[in-house]
Amino acid sequence: MTTMASTGPADTDRTPALVVSNVSHSFGERKVLDRVSLTVEQGAFVVLLGLNGAGKSTLFSLVTRLYDNVSGEITIRGFDVRRRPSQALQRLGVVFQSRTLDIDLTLMQNLKYHAALHGFSGRAATARGTQALELVGLPDRANEKVRALSGGQVRRVEIARSMMHHPDLLLLDEATVGLDLGSRESVMKIVRDLVAKERIGVLWATHLMDEVLRTDQVVILHKGVVLYNGPVPQLLTLTGMSSVREAFRAVTGTQTTIEEAA
Amino acid sequence: MISSQTVTAASDVAASYRGSDDDARRRLGLAGYLACFKGIVWREILRYLHQRERFLSALVRPLIWLFIFAAGFRQTLGISIIPPYETYVLYEEFIAPGLIAMILLFNAMQSSLSMVYDRETGTMRTLLVSPFPRSFLLLSKLLGGVSVALIQAYAFMLVAWFWGISPPPITEVKLFTFYDAPSWAGSAIPTMTDPIVTSLFSVPALIQPFAGYITVIPAIILAGLMLGSLALFISSVIKQLENFAGVMNFVIFPMFFASSALYPLWRIREASPMLFEICRLNPFTYATELIRFALYGQVDTVSLALVIGCTIVFLAAAVFAYNPSKGLIARRGGPGGSA
Repeated sequence: MTTMASTGPADTDRTPALVVSNVSHSFGERKVLDRVSLTVEQGAFVVLLGLNGAGKSTLFSLVTRLYDNVSGEITIRGFDVRRRPSQALQRLGVVFQSRTLDIDLTLMQNLKYHAALHGFSGRAATARGTQALELVGLPDRANEKVRALSGGQVRRVEIARSMMHHPDLLLLDEATVGLDLGSRESVMKIVRDLVAKERIGVLWATHLMDEVLRTDQVVILHKGVVLYNGPVPQLLTLTGMSSVREAFRAVTGTQTTIEEAA
Repeated sequence: MISSQTVTAASDVAASYRGSDDDARRRLGLAGYLACFKGIVWREILRYLHQRERFLSALVRPLIWLFIFAAGFRQTLGISIIPPYETYVLYEEFIAPGLIAMILLFNAMQSSLSMVYDRETGTMRTLLVSPFPRSFLLLSKLLGGVSVALIQAYAFMLVAWFWGISPPPITEVKLFTFYDAPSWAGSAIPTMTDPIVTSLFSVPALIQPFAGYITVIPAIILAGLMLGSLALFISSVIKQLENFAGVMNFVIFPMFFASSALYPLWRIREASPMLFEICRLNPFTYATELIRFALYGQVDTVSLALVIGCTIVFLAAAVFAYNPSKGLIARRGGPGGSA
């Protein structure tokens, strides 16, 4: 992977959407990630499970280069986020845990701002904004202010925004927190459709166990360490449990359910 | 909630959603940079236009100083003939450039405040995950803030014009150079005995009556950039929004009062030589003087050099502070919000 990143990444179909390799990170003396490794293949839906303080947001911040990884390597479609940040970040779409749309601006104004941040303007930006709103079923709300939307609709716009520049990797940090069941389902369906039809790699951080399907790959992150990384059926077999919730408890040795802790 | 039918249909729209490499390369070219810059500046202006209270308070603050403070001080504070003035001027006329600089100072600190807020709420992350270099993004945001300040400054000058305060007609643009070295510098910095005034170019007769409103534009932009860079650096140092009150007490007020904005420096020198030296070390003094001279069609060389120098230093400090690997923010947990 080092060779690939330094010599100019081979953007072949088989290059994984995301590779995190032996990444550690500390804030002062406090180590928050310890030799974390994981891979998101193209077209894979990877669920990142972890309690509060497990290191999920830190990992996301490193992948999005909000701060640098000083040990280990992170590549997006073969581009090292530290050495080739521009190439890596233009292949990345992110939905952050906190709401990041400007509520005083309209949906289209927000989307066009994001388009500009990725180098699109004028008609190209408008076209992509319209396309993105159609993607999430809100084409007729383009000129409404964000403050007029419900929580679920805001999330859908944020997903639309993250897809505007046609990324290869989508990161979603607790994207369904605070949504009602119907909104959660629609958000999940939009993202899973993107995985199935567009082969976009998705890393989905959540504490809601019912969002995990049997076909998903699961990464259990606990106190900065990856305790399990593999398919759901194998997790259940290894732990001898019948549900992901029970398997999570068994792997982490915690009595608290992840939903209670979050 | 949307129906599953809508979602399925919507997903079909995304049939060509993966971008090509050519497409990716194109958008990081010159046109991409321009689009990004325009987008950031336009958003700053849009946000400003949506916040009417901000516009009003930005306008009312200097107008109170002009209409009340200056009117009261007119009789007690006499202004002698000092450059760039060629005759005695009313106190309102003397204070106007300082109030324009005050608009820039408050706007810069307001931008700094909104950056701290954006960082706390996480909004800043959307800016910082753009594929363009972080220094370019911060500079664009800075220029967006300066654009807003320019609008505010012209709104103020318009009201001042109705009050009879306006720059005089300008026949030619001149370069003004004078430096009175501080006493503590000894012979290290030479002191000039007389100012050197060099004519740069003549102003066409058609625009002479309002040329001051044009010549002040570059001065406002430069001063705005300097104060904006300082504010950007301060925003990286402040950990929480609550700490911003300290900025008012320790940055805005000292910078404004210990400067040549409200009183000429020679007056301060008579009152307190130490305060005079403090005022001369204050970059805000040079922002004010740059604007003052520009309104009279003159380029104050010393102020210009110091404002440009301070801008470079403050901007470098801000870019360093927002650098994900080296900066102050990286040491405490990320520039886009807490991790």
